[in-house]
Amino acid sequence: MKTLEFGLDTFLPVTVDAAGLPIRGDQVIRNTVQEAIVAETVGIDSFNIGEHYRKEFMDSASHVVLAAIASRTERIRLGTAVTVLSTQDPVRLYTDFATLDAVSNGRAQLIVGRGSLTESFPLFGFDLADYEELFEEKLDLLVRLLREQPVTWSGNFRSSVTDQFVSPPIAEGHIPTWVGVGGSPQSVVRAARFGLPLMLAVIAGKPERFAPYVELYKRALQQYGQPELPIGLHSLGFVAETDDEALEIQWPYYKEQFDWAARERGWRPPTYEQFLAEVDHGSMYVGSPETVANRIAAAMQALSLSRFDLLYAVGRIPHDQRIATIELYGREVIPRVRELLAATPEADHAPAVVRS
Amino acid sequence: MAAAATAFAEDVASAANPEVDDLRLGIVGAGKFGTTVARAAIAAGYDVAISGSGPADDIALTVDVLAAGAHAATTDEVVRHADIIVLAVPTHRFRELPGDQFAGKILIDAMNYWQPVDGDDPELTAALGGTSTIVQGHFPTARVVKSLNQLGYHQLEETQRPMGEPDRIAIGAAGDDRLAVRRVMRLLDRLGFDPVDAGPLKNGSALEPDGSPIAATYSAEQLSELVSLRTARN
Repeated sequence: MKTLEFGLDTFLPVTVDAAGLPIRGDQVIRNTVQEAIVAETVGIDSFNIGEHYRKEFMDSASHVVLAAIASRTERIRLGTAVTVLSTQDPVRLYTDFATLDAVSNGRAQLIVGRGSLTESFPLFGFDLADYEELFEEKLDLLVRLLREQPVTWSGNFRSSVTDQFVSPPIAEGHIPTWVGVGGSPQSVVRAARFGLPLMLAVIAGKPERFAPYVELYKRALQQYGQPELPIGLHSLGFVAETDDEALEIQWPYYKEQFDWAARERGWRPPTYEQFLAEVDHGSMYVGSPETVANRIAAAMQALSLSRFDLLYAVGRIPHDQRIATIELYGREVIPRVRELLAATPEADHAPAVVRS
Repeated sequence: MAAAATAFAEDVASAANPEVDDLRLGIVGAGKFGTTVARAAIAAGYDVAISGSGPADDIALTVDVLAAGAHAATTDEVVRHADIIVLAVPTHRFRELPGDQFAGKILIDAMNYWQPVDGDDPELTAALGGTSTIVQGHFPTARVVKSLNQLGYHQLEETQRPMGEPDRIAIGAAGDDRLAVRRVMRLLDRLGFDPVDAGPLKNGSALEPDGSPIAATYSAEQLSELVSLRTARN
């Protein structure tokens, strides 16, 4: 029986208060800790934080926020979505998350990827043109630190290490590390080569169109002599009591977010019709618990998934509404997805324990 | 310039019989876009060779799964394979290819420059006639046609319709070599889109998407008018 995991993702957006005014960034961070505590009480499996360096997102130091959550929870797993590995230092990343794993009693996890915004490159002095090499090299070092110490390693972009121990040590299999991909075949094959589980990030279009990438991943795993590994999906959404209520709440904030991006970059802003099309058969999981559960179950079946993470609420939706959506996701959506998937024959299985 | 669409139809009728057009295609770049074009071309009856940045073996599995029927090759082999080559590499990497790589070939520049992904590129940013003029400069002996850049890769797959169907989505082709443009237009037609001749290469800026996640789509008539509008402004 495949073990299914359901998580939440957030970039810690600056939200607005009841008067529609943005709240302070530090308050956003404390609110997020609260949101994660609620997530645990309603049985959600993981809480995963992104990595940005922008005015509108407070997720620049995910390990600190996750550690705060760790000390106020017992069970919920604490992860990233995603860690921008190319512009991070693998040794420091290891120390941050191995320490988180210790304070949380073994609940740390990672998704490493590029993300869709690349502001960390100029900020930390890296060239976007080096993205592939940086990622490959740093993933290699990170995986070695996670799997087998001491490490001897050399590369082009950071100093080499010889017989290096990096503390604290972690127990075998801890800090499961997934590779986040947006649809580049090369990234999919790389995840298989490293023997790491795959997290698909799909924020637009039909999720089913990623079925060939799932096939590519499975065949690449075979080719590299790797065991079957889990596949997950990250998408955006919002849950309310009814479909109408969910659309009514989410649309203005979605529109506001994209209107800003449109003005800043010269895009055409999205229309309500385009939004509805995404909600109806694309990658916006917006609606009542029943609607959202059915859409999630359909995607999980189409793509042989054992993990689904919802980025709960797009835009500056207020804290209390975020809490409400988390409660519905945990109490109603997840159990319903499990029910729907249990009712259908299993095509294949993935191991319950993920080696890091 | 709705006449552009009519002119194409007349052109097809009077040109060499499309059935004996050379149905071989080369694609340089085996990422999500390159493999999508490969898939579409295979479905349209083309004999496709595709390359990545390294040896053919590196992309063999990817091609087998995502573009079954295409053969994985090196870039040199791809160039030898066909008269028409699609350049589908990441924009910040096209200069890695030697300037004479595509000598004498019709080179479809399908690339778009997007700063958040490609980083700062002052040369591309400053190109008044669109980024393809820079590509032509880098490959002076190639016959560069700007095309296939207007749609996101998943749109390319989902919006194509068979030849002869009405109200298909249009894709433009801009290039200084008129014969090259005509051949590319016949390829577009087979791939499932109404082709629009957008004029010389420097009109290519009129075909550049604004970067929004959902690319705008137009009929042939709408696209012709849009190109006229945008080029009249310059």
